[in-house]
Amino acid sequence: MTFRQFLLQRLTAAAMVPLIVVHIVVIFIATRDGLSAAEILERTRGSVGWALFYGLFVVLAAAHGAIGVRNVLAEWTGLARSRLDIFMWVFGLSLFGLGMRAVVAVVGAS
Amino acid sequence: MKITTRSTAAERPNTSAHRRDTLWLAALVHRISGVLLACFLPLHFLALGLAIEGEARLEGFLRWTDSTLVKLAEAGLVFLLTVHLLGGLRILVLETLQFTKGQKQWAMFAGAIALVLAIAFVVSFGV
Repeated sequence: MTFRQFLLQRLTAAAMVPLIVVHIVVIFIATRDGLSAAEILERTRGSVGWALFYGLFVVLAAAHGAIGVRNVLAEWTGLARSRLDIFMWVFGLSLFGLGMRAVVAVVGAS
Repeated sequence: MKITTRSTAAERPNTSAHRRDTLWLAALVHRISGVLLACFLPLHFLALGLAIEGEARLEGFLRWTDSTLVKLAEAGLVFLLTVHLLGGLRILVLETLQFTKGQKQWAMFAGAIALVLAIAFVVSFGV
């Protein structure tokens, strides 16, 4: 783990704290009377606020998750550094792509 | 020339003693919860992405999640997210503020709060 990765890991973690607290509260509220697509999309559809919230969440989670899994793999497996870096980038960019697609889906849903 | 012999188990240092340490367990829980959350994230995004195909498509998937087994798995996710959040907060505070007091208690507190939230999630559904 490079110093830059270490720093990014901690900064993304700190930035995600309030987002995760809100996310957990939303999970409890949204599932209170059973989860429904109508209820989720009613909240998110066309909302700039939720788009920014989830968009930022995706960016932070993708970076944090990719660096974190790379770190665990480095400790628990004997993978070479170059392979760890390839995995980190592929995993991180996949999370970013899928996450942004999900944000577009719930904010732009018709 | 010195002849070395294989040491007996009693002579070797107990190399697994650290595994009974609360903070070692906390570090393990933090790693495992992080990896499991990272594995779950793509599935979470794919599920929400179903809304691209319309509200009905997402609704169809959500009705599948009504089963007791899925609700219990979701409670597990609530536990993982909370324990990773609080465990991570403990590490951040420890590293940035050099706050080293009561680390074992904070780690156990994180696990307890995560467990309470997961149970509250299950109870709210009456699973």
